[in-house]
Amino acid sequence: MPIETNTILMCAGGACISAGEESCLDALKRSIEKYGLGDVTRIVETGCMGMCDAGPLMVIYPEGVFYQKLEAKDMETIVSEHLLKGRVVEAKLLESPGKEVKITSPFDEHPFFTRQVKIATRNMGVIDPLSIEEYIAHDGYFALTKVLTEMSPEQVVEVLKKSGLRGRGGAGFPTGLKWELTRKVPGKEKFVLCNADEGDPGAFMDRSILEGDPHTILEAMAIAGYAVGANKGYIYIRAEYPLAIERLREGIRQAKEMGLFGENILGSGFSFDLEIRMGAGAFVCGEETALIESVEGKRGQPRVKPPFPAEVGLWGKPTLNNNVETYANIPSIILKGAEWFSRIGTEKSKGTKVFCLAGKIQNTGLVEVPMGITLKEMVYDIGGGIPGNKEFKAVQTGGPSGGCIPKEHLDTSIDYESLRELGTMMGSGGMIFMDEETCMVDVAKYFLEFSVDESCGKCNPCREGTRVMYEILQRITSGEGTMEDLDTLENLGKMIMDTSLCGLGQSAPQPVISTLRYFREEYEAHIREGKCPAKVCRPLIRYEVIPENCVGCTACARVCPVNAISGAVKKVHEIDPEICTRCGSCISVCRFGAIHIVSP
Amino acid sequence: MAKVKSLEELMKIKEQTVKGMSLRDSSKKGKLLVAMGTCGIAAGAKDTYQALVSELADKNIQDFAVLQSGCMGLCDVEPTVKVEIESQEPIVYGHVTPAQVKRIVQQHLVEGKVVSDLLIKKGEL
Repeated sequence: MPIETNTILMCAGGACISAGEESCLDALKRSIEKYGLGDVTRIVETGCMGMCDAGPLMVIYPEGVFYQKLEAKDMETIVSEHLLKGRVVEAKLLESPGKEVKITSPFDEHPFFTRQVKIATRNMGVIDPLSIEEYIAHDGYFALTKVLTEMSPEQVVEVLKKSGLRGRGGAGFPTGLKWELTRKVPGKEKFVLCNADEGDPGAFMDRSILEGDPHTILEAMAIAGYAVGANKGYIYIRAEYPLAIERLREGIRQAKEMGLFGENILGSGFSFDLEIRMGAGAFVCGEETALIESVEGKRGQPRVKPPFPAEVGLWGKPTLNNNVETYANIPSIILKGAEWFSRIGTEKSKGTKVFCLAGKIQNTGLVEVPMGITLKEMVYDIGGGIPGNKEFKAVQTGGPSGGCIPKEHLDTSIDYESLRELGTMMGSGGMIFMDEETCMVDVAKYFLEFSVDESCGKCNPCREGTRVMYEILQRITSGEGTMEDLDTLENLGKMIMDTSLCGLGQSAPQPVISTLRYFREEYEAHIREGKCPAKVCRPLIRYEVIPENCVGCTACARVCPVNAISGAVKKVHEIDPEICTRCGSCISVCRFGAIHIVSP
Repeated sequence: MAKVKSLEELMKIKEQTVKGMSLRDSSKKGKLLVAMGTCGIAAGAKDTYQALVSELADKNIQDFAVLQSGCMGLCDVEPTVKVEIESQEPIVYGHVTPAQVKRIVQQHLVEGKVVSDLLIKKGEL
């Protein structure tokens, strides 16, 4: 009988798939077939490994060699060299910054991985998401078994309360308390919801968890059902996540077949079933009452709170709603205990948080770190610093509902309270990094535009107020703002936050308020001097030729889409600012550094 | 598929699957490298390799990874097996037939004593 000698893990997270994982996999299978290694090599497609920037990724065991940025044409070499002859293909190895290429497993040595503590993402990139057996091998469904055979619902709630776990969807409400409230409301029929309506720009941790480890959500929701007294659950997930939906469906099918889900789980008498509801991609449906409306088949608009969903929720019944990442923590807490979990993190923010690193950062991707890690460690150790030797300027946390943190606060500990003090929030965990070339007024405008688009229109302050704020920002970035506009922005912002019906409106002005707090001088430069210091806002910048550098190669004139550049061959060229649309095509083709951007 | 009814049954599934996934654990104590160049294979390295894997499985030794390597230049003493244990000098054995594999596993890996009559080289080549 042939003995398996190699296991190959291919990352089949969304990012790696779009980077070409499928064609690599086909090529890999063909090469393995060609060299007759089919019997001794096992290929496993896993969930996201986190280092999306370097995808498609692949790890070959037993050596634990990590290959990056793969293309279909590399597979033949990897099979013939690595699998057949045992020689590592150095050209495709994952690089460690500042160090020589690593032959051993970067999981143990690369700073991107070593600083991480994986609880919610423990199985991602390690197991095959479509194999319930592999999930069981990693202690899957043991927490559910423990709960159903050894614990009373009250005990489950007690463990969660002691653990200190707080909602990972953004607001940070204590999860144990939420479960207790729902449990205590009398009612024969209750519901458990999972909020997988991930809408923040730049956040993709919920999708990655669902794609990489769907069973953990099923297990946690069944535990929640047992604890609060519900037999029916819904996962509300956006239709743009087809892969997550497909893997969840398959997960539910497998778990039911094994008797770990559905009717009479483990013969305990407890039944729990689940339906998947797809959302059409409205941001507001991430708000729990709007989500409930949408599950009921109505238009997704928030309800007035109180009453809270714990009392009057889905179809008027007591309803528990948690976010994907919150659920993903629960099986480990049940198995390892509240004390274990509460030892990780800070005094008030226990455990870990998954962050999505995006924007101007070296290692974009997905990381799970203990609460209380500093922003500096996040940027320079895990994130690998800012690309192109640029300087870190700020990071936006909490997406369009959050605010920015400037470089003066790089030493901030990342936890719910510290972020709130700085005028931002944890949010779902998106982190968008910005460097010196980012205009903060423009960023605020971008996020506000998102909220204006996504406002459901039910309440006045959000519908009208955010639009007025957006118009003011448009004026400022065109050089037509006044100093009074800044006061109006602040007052209006506060009013919208105080009077809006739901979390969307209550937080939508946050990016503006926060950039006004830390980067007021940038706003003032736009207004007083008609200048955009970061040289981003188009009405306030000009492209100019530096005569000393221009050799008259005509490259810029040929690429200009509006013929704004004139000049003869070997003569200094000139850009007509009246015609120029500031598209930047010229600067990207100039090989002599002869074009620069000026803001008067 | 039969329905799982108890913790014991769940445990059984776990144990069966864990075995098949053991290759994915890179945090092993040591490595056993079997030279599988043309010279090694001609001298019977494939049998040595198989014997090594099954002997480890029989003895339920899980903290060693069995790897293939290329020819290390010791063609006249093939099949060779290099034993690398964390923080110890690597040991190269020569003329390792399936029968000798049993001795290496028992004496070196279990008891921690070098099998001196098979020893070719101590330390890096």
